Amino acid sequence: MKNDIILAGVGGQGILSIAAIIGYAAVQSNLYLKQAEVHGMSQRGGDVQSHLRLSSKEISSDLIPFGKADMIISVEPMESLRYLPYLSENGWLITNTEPFVNIPDYPPLQKVMDEIKKCPRHVAFDAGKVAEELGSKKAANVVILGAASPFLDIPFSLLEDAVSFLFGKKGEDLVNMNLDALRAGRELANEQMH
Amino acid sequence: MHKLLLLGDEAIAQAGIDAGMSGIFAYPGTPSTEITQYVRDSHEASKKGIVATWTANEKTAAEAALGMSYAGKRSMTCMKHVGLNVAADVFLNASITGANGGLIFVVADDPSMHSSQNEQDSRVYGKFAMIPILEPSNQQEAYDMVHLGFDLSEKYRTPVMIRITTRLAHSRSGVIRKEAKAQNQVRLPENLRQFVLLPAIARKQYQDLLNLQPDFQRDSDQSPFNTYTDGKDNGIGIVACGLAYNYLMENYPDRTPPHPVVKISQYPLPENHLQKLYDSCNEILVLEEGYPVVEEMLKGFFNSGKKISGRLDGSLPRTGELNPNIVGKALGFPQPELATIPELVAKRPPSLCKGCSHIDSFIGLNEAMEDYGKGRVFSDIGCYTLSALPPYESINTCVDMGASITMAKGAADAGLAPAIAVIGDSTFTHSGITGLLDAVNDKANITVIILDNATTGMTGGQPSSAFGKIEDICRGIGVEEEHIRVIKPLKKNHEENTRIMKEELAYEGVSVIIPRRECIQTLNKRMRQKFKEKAASTK
Repeated sequence: MKNDIILAGVGGQGILSIAAIIGYAAVQSNLYLKQAEVHGMSQRGGDVQSHLRLSSKEISSDLIPFGKADMIISVEPMESLRYLPYLSENGWLITNTEPFVNIPDYPPLQKVMDEIKKCPRHVAFDAGKVAEELGSKKAANVVILGAASPFLDIPFSLLEDAVSFLFGKKGEDLVNMNLDALRAGRELANEQMH
Repeated sequence: MHKLLLLGDEAIAQAGIDAGMSGIFAYPGTPSTEITQYVRDSHEASKKGIVATWTANEKTAAEAALGMSYAGKRSMTCMKHVGLNVAADVFLNASITGANGGLIFVVADDPSMHSSQNEQDSRVYGKFAMIPILEPSNQQEAYDMVHLGFDLSEKYRTPVMIRITTRLAHSRSGVIRKEAKAQNQVRLPENLRQFVLLPAIARKQYQDLLNLQPDFQRDSDQSPFNTYTDGKDNGIGIVACGLAYNYLMENYPDRTPPHPVVKISQYPLPENHLQKLYDSCNEILVLEEGYPVVEEMLKGFFNSGKKISGRLDGSLPRTGELNPNIVGKALGFPQPELATIPELVAKRPPSLCKGCSHIDSFIGLNEAMEDYGKGRVFSDIGCYTLSALPPYESINTCVDMGASITMAKGAADAGLAPAIAVIGDSTFTHSGITGLLDAVNDKANITVIILDNATTGMTGGQPSSAFGKIEDICRGIGVEEEHIRVIKPLKKNHEENTRIMKEELAYEGVSVIIPRRECIQTLNKRMRQKFKEKAASTK
């Protein structure tokens, strides 16, 4: 078993939380894991990515080779396209469609969507809206993780456990809201896949 | 034993805690920051009474670590590669004094310059100092090598360098811990002249260091971290240093390359393995992260032996960090045709945060400078360096910590008037104070703007050594009271702030303007904490 995942977004959008949830679940599954993060200057509103690798065998490189990623999980639509050279032929692109505009030359959203749709295997929806309906827009990253969950070789219940554990300190309400976000994302992905 | 999921940085920190380290000293710098931060955040470390300090700069950090070693305890100092330039004086001389308690310099290099102004390779420094260098290839080795490093350091009474690079520092993986060791007791050096580098003593000490070289060599030759693995195809032999070993293995899914491979994680270079590789293969390919240090050494000046390839002959790029594809290409593997990034994907460079106090400072400065024109603002290293980019384009230099003030002084001495220095509060106490003293002593015509956001912002909001002290420092150095101006960089104060800047730009002498407003990131963090505490207390 091997899952090579590129996590993409803009500094501050919570991709490291996604990585932490998957990472916790992977450790519970006794999988090998490597996860390369970006710290420092780029975190200030710049594009950020994380290479997350899970495997039942020892993992060599901290970086995923080009053309070998099984999926790109992105919390921002334009950022999902930045890492296309990493995606394998049969890879999935799972992305939020709500743009994060902090640059003057952000392209028209429709054109970004057209590019995303060119990708033969993709799941794309407005995760911010879904999260907002559930109680907090900040849970958009967990919604996207839910949407990626059908493609992960980790039992869904372990992802739920990880969410409960990692948000546990912040109180029961927040745990339940994030669990709802995770499940809502998964349902939407299942709908789009069929 | 239970595996911990740790960044390379955190693995080093946890290893220090487990290996009986008594103190860790550092100035924050990407990609090394998380080492000291981890020890500071660790309950275990605080229960053990481990000192974990953010110091004024890397030199003071390294000297404190050396002092702790003098007192017989294990200590560590951590820095980014360019931080070692600041600590180079103590680093090179500590190799002559030697250590008493175990002493490790952890230096994190940043090939590809993700968050740095150059990609210098610290192995060159390690060789310069003639001390053992450890270069882990993964998080587990990073953990294990701290234990090895302290043992080596105490065995030979020498400082030891651990060299990592960004990708290992900031990548997470499972780490198995060793049994925890007790800390050393205070124990003075047996020879009380060991640390007195008067010429007569230093000559002896230096000879001692030279005499240790064969021991360092033997340790490298026998190190379990340096390995020779045989392979059937001896057309080419491969040398893989540190992290490069992983990229090599990534190209062979079963982790067994057909070529003989020497893995190097401990220096001086293992002569035994390299000689065997050279004798048994037709040519050698060197894979290393950073400068072509090993490649150059193996090649020698006349390059009269077998073909040795690597970064110098273009088999691998001369600059930047490695990855599995670059290494695969050098190994002759065909590279896959890749999807291209759609043209519409725009660059998204880092930028100052919304609500950042620096924004108001630079808008004010730009307006105050309108009469003088562009090209006169010397600046420094921190979040505010981003003001070199649009939309502000306020600053014209960023070289090394503290250089804003001294470069402005030199330019003023050359006749540039006005000459402006823009420096952050933490950078000011790191290396700006002595430069300001030079300027005051020479009555230089410069205006120094010390952006005081009360933190070391770029590295994640560590406490600033300058906190609450800047005016006193300036006064103490001799800046005239009436030319120390504190302003609050807010939009509503724009006109007044710009007027004050103009006044001080017109003053012919040293003036200091201190725009003071807390970093928006630390403010938000503080408010969230306060809110949480309030919520908890009303439950």
